[in-house]
Amino acid sequence: MVETLFPNVNWESMWEATIQTAYMTAISVLATFILGILLGLLLFLTGRGNIWENKFVNSIIAGIVNLFRSIPFIILIILLIPLSVYIIGTMLGANAALPALIAGAAPFYARMVEIALREVNKGVIEASQSMGASNGEIIFKVLLPEAMPALISGITVTAIALVSYTAMAGVVGAGGLGNLAYLEGFQRNNPDVTLVATVLILVIVAILQIAGDLATRVIDKR
Amino acid sequence: MIELKGINKTFFSKSGKVEAVKDVNLSVKKGEIFGVIGYSGAGKSTLIRMLNLLERPTDGTVTVAGNNLSSLKGKDLRAARQEIGMIFQHFNILWSRTVRDNIAFPLEISGVSKEKRMKRVDELIKLVGLEGREAAYPSQLSGGQKQRVGIARALANNPKVLLCDEATSALDPKTTDSILELLTEINQKLGLTIVLITHEMHVIRKICHRVAVMENGRVVENGSVLEVFHHPQEDITKDFVNQLSEPEEMKESIAHLAASQEGELVQFTFLKGKTGSPLVTELIRQFDIEVNIIQGKISHTQDGPYGKLSVFIKGEPTVIESALKYVREQGVEAEVITNG
Repeated sequence: MVETLFPNVNWESMWEATIQTAYMTAISVLATFILGILLGLLLFLTGRGNIWENKFVNSIIAGIVNLFRSIPFIILIILLIPLSVYIIGTMLGANAALPALIAGAAPFYARMVEIALREVNKGVIEASQSMGASNGEIIFKVLLPEAMPALISGITVTAIALVSYTAMAGVVGAGGLGNLAYLEGFQRNNPDVTLVATVLILVIVAILQIAGDLATRVIDKR
Repeated sequence: MIELKGINKTFFSKSGKVEAVKDVNLSVKKGEIFGVIGYSGAGKSTLIRMLNLLERPTDGTVTVAGNNLSSLKGKDLRAARQEIGMIFQHFNILWSRTVRDNIAFPLEISGVSKEKRMKRVDELIKLVGLEGREAAYPSQLSGGQKQRVGIARALANNPKVLLCDEATSALDPKTTDSILELLTEINQKLGLTIVLITHEMHVIRKICHRVAVMENGRVVENGSVLEVFHHPQEDITKDFVNQLSEPEEMKESIAHLAASQEGELVQFTFLKGKTGSPLVTELIRQFDIEVNIIQGKISHTQDGPYGKLSVFIKGEPTVIESALKYVREQGVEAEVITNG
């Protein structure tokens, strides 16, 4: 039955591609989450009227973030090949795609983090200062916990964007479902392969969306 | 307990400089409830924020509980702030934490062990009357309950001073009263010094011992609440006092009556023990006049009761004159408002 419907699908390589996509997404989401929060915090804290207000640092970080956000991802991958070779040691494979995936997504997420932090009630920060809280305590006990639902829904959106970035990462031979759909499906004229790969990508996206929504709902006590 | 000397605060912005607070000198005694009243923009919010250095004064010194706060920075300032609790108009509690964890927050900051923290939180929950709500999140609480969390949180580190920034302005009248009662109770039970700012005169009347009136960044009048109520000097103070004793519609109806009645409209002001004296009876018995009571009101302040009575007096001008003299001899103020 399955064989007659999808005659050209090699289930073993399809599974392998799914694993590659999941792997690239998982690692890059994790790194984007950490790096994005760091950058977002810096953007927010050095902004006007905040605890580390510093116009110089703020405009430098904002400049870098805007630069990376503006470069089309497919070009970013190519531009970052030397960096990938330096860090990972190779310009091919799933790992080689990671620096580009993270460099593409982290600035995007950093902006969302900044917006989320801006939504935190200023009065709560003032109250914490009135209790004698240090800047570190304000960041880890007030800002991040209070912004958490927005941080989680932001990383959900970013993770879904990353799934589609992994498809483009095929140009550096990263593998994954997008790459498979393009090479095996489109170029060899096997529409059934493209269809199955697409469905699997949709499944991954659906899982991410459901998990993200669930986490946001559990955390949000507002 | 609190000394403010030569305080100025100027904000510099693109549109020019704004002098929010100008040349303020105040002292607040230990164990007293001190109120600062003013309209919005008078500088009272800036003033109260300088008491714990959330705003740094441009000039002058702030001394709280023997600490010269304005000379402190960084770690020392943070330690000094733990001796000053603060509550806010919009409560400013963390929605991500339960009631218990919100109250425990300042204890975490001051480095109290978890076991002691939980014990202290239970005491505080009892003190502010939130038993049974420990595990609730702020979104599940009413405004009054949120402010109780704010108060418990502010008291967690056993502060010497409690600052209240418009603490009741977002609450309905009934809840306001219950919060004011709680503050009075805390003041008496713990001997805590309280400084509050408000634009509502009844808050001052109800719980303050002394009051300062602010206008355009300056303290224009200050003294005991009874004294300020009784002898308001500045126009703005008279405004605030009148808000309380003469609601607008009452004013209108009196004006209406004054037009249709003969005689003089006189307002008596009774202080402390005098509120109980049968003054009107005495007047009618001793003088050949008619007394028509228009309105009367007694308010309670922390210093004792305070009453106002408006009457029309009909009779010979000379008799009225001597009747008023008699009233004043009784220690009651008499002010002729209109001549009919």
